[in-house]
Amino acid sequence: MRRRTRTRKALSNAVVVLCAAAVLLALVPLFFVFFYVVQQGFSSLNLDFFTKMPKPVGEAGGGMANAIVGTLVLIAIAGAIAIPVGIIAGVYLSEYGKKKFASLVRFTADILNGVPSIVIGIFAYGLAVLPVKHFSALAGGLALSFMMIPIITRTTEELLNLVPGTLREGSLALGATRSRAAFSVMVPAALPGIMTGILVALSRIAGETAPLLFTAFNNRFFSTRLDQPISSLTVQVYTYAISPYEDWHRQAWAGALVLVAVVFLFSVLARVVTRRLERMHRV
Amino acid sequence: MKKTPSRSRSADDRGFRLGTGFFALLVVLLVAAIFFELYRTSSLSLTKFGWRFWTGKTWDPVSGEFGALPFIWGTLYSSILAMLISTPIALGIAIFLSELSPRPLRTPLAFLTELLAAIPSIVYGLWGIFVLVPIVRKLELITPAWLKKVPLFSGPPLGVGMLSAALILAVMVIPFTSSVAREVLKAVPPSQREAAYALGATRWEAIQAALRYGRTGVAGAIMLGFGRAIGETMAVTMVIGNNPQVSTSLFAPQYTMAAVIANEFTEAADDLYLSALIEIGLVLFVITVIINALSRLLIWSVSREVKPRTEALALPALPLPPAPPEATA
Repeated sequence: MRRRTRTRKALSNAVVVLCAAAVLLALVPLFFVFFYVVQQGFSSLNLDFFTKMPKPVGEAGGGMANAIVGTLVLIAIAGAIAIPVGIIAGVYLSEYGKKKFASLVRFTADILNGVPSIVIGIFAYGLAVLPVKHFSALAGGLALSFMMIPIITRTTEELLNLVPGTLREGSLALGATRSRAAFSVMVPAALPGIMTGILVALSRIAGETAPLLFTAFNNRFFSTRLDQPISSLTVQVYTYAISPYEDWHRQAWAGALVLVAVVFLFSVLARVVTRRLERMHRV
Repeated sequence: MKKTPSRSRSADDRGFRLGTGFFALLVVLLVAAIFFELYRTSSLSLTKFGWRFWTGKTWDPVSGEFGALPFIWGTLYSSILAMLISTPIALGIAIFLSELSPRPLRTPLAFLTELLAAIPSIVYGLWGIFVLVPIVRKLELITPAWLKKVPLFSGPPLGVGMLSAALILAVMVIPFTSSVAREVLKAVPPSQREAAYALGATRWEAIQAALRYGRTGVAGAIMLGFGRAIGETMAVTMVIGNNPQVSTSLFAPQYTMAAVIANEFTEAADDLYLSALIEIGLVLFVITVIINALSRLLIWSVSREVKPRTEALALPALPLPPAPPEATA
């Protein structure tokens, strides 16, 4: 009996240690990736990277100015489509969340979120590339917007649900219509959170490569035209990474550092804002 | 004169409900549209090959012969390997963060593990090519000869291949499984653990009680990770070696469904080639939808409030309402 208790306790302690080890084990690749991206990226990152155009093959130097602008154009298109759709759909879910239809929307939004980004790319290809027979920034932005819509929908709903319902009831009692209560009271109350959610979604979308490969394609030149192929930071990093040139590898690391920095910054920002919001509305 | 306030208000409310409802409907329509679009554009390959498409091993665009078995094999093999590696680690993290961790460490550790999901796939791929693959190659070089006779470890030491892909996938999938499993464990009522302690259980036995209570949700968390692994494209494409063959060897360069689409889509010159690639995309879509739907239902059955990881927005978990009492003792 005694010994049995002792083995049970030993087993329990072993599991505690193993679980702690699992956390450390997961942090190893995180630090490993961060370390290499920062180390390799920092030594390659310079002003040229942001201001110069890519040099022809074999010539050293040059930068990714066109790709940075391209990524900004792409996320602007994606945001212009996904932000209104996502927010309004999120308002619906938070206002009429108990309806059967709302459950269906939530369910499909979560499923859409799990659809591989490469598949979204094929869909956008069929929608916007196949009919006009050429790649375009618009097609790329469209693909990214499809990935953003479910994220923004669910974030908006989540953050609106953090706002106390008494605010809605109060405005309804003062004679406001439901749309007024939603858009003039509830949404503004949750706005800091919704905006950060959108920023995080944009920063995540900026890191997507697969859906752009055959929609926005790539462009060695500077372009902001929506009906033409456009370069992006991620596709450029990909092209450089699989190339045989040392100097391109260097630039790929610099691009990776920029991507990681953006994503990291917005993740931390989102953390801070949502925490504050949560504390504000804690009952 | 104005209309009676009550009437105009109810009309306004209806307009609001229908108006916002329309945008919500768009989300549903989008998923349906993806299916129909892929189905439509892959019809050429669907009618020409039928089921043969999924049993054929030859992928030869020049002669117009398309068999997708190597890709589906590579996808399933790499994803299952990744799950074997990542699931114990992810569950360990979930248990540590929800049951064991000292309170002040909880939030920062959760944030750090979820950062793994924030790193773009292309960055994992870049890191894979220049850091992980050389390490794996060294491992393959020091593999003793007798071990090389085992089919699992046979083949030349290339570095790129199944092992590199599975490792990188495992890292990428961990945060998805762990964060949902953590939410599930959080939704387990404390009374479950308290009851176990009252009966003299050790810590691990109490955790087991909690795990048993939330087992469907934990299963859902694992499936969610599996769905992620299946659809992952860039990082895998960059390290798996892109060689369409059916091999059990961890060292062999192989290919996945997502990778072949990423690599060959822009090169697909003729309609049949393109539609064959789109058919692979269609199947990828159907598989991930089924897996995600199942995982979501499993997770919801534990707690409606546990949100499956979206693009891991790094938002703090929201307070959960008390879970319903357990139906069966």
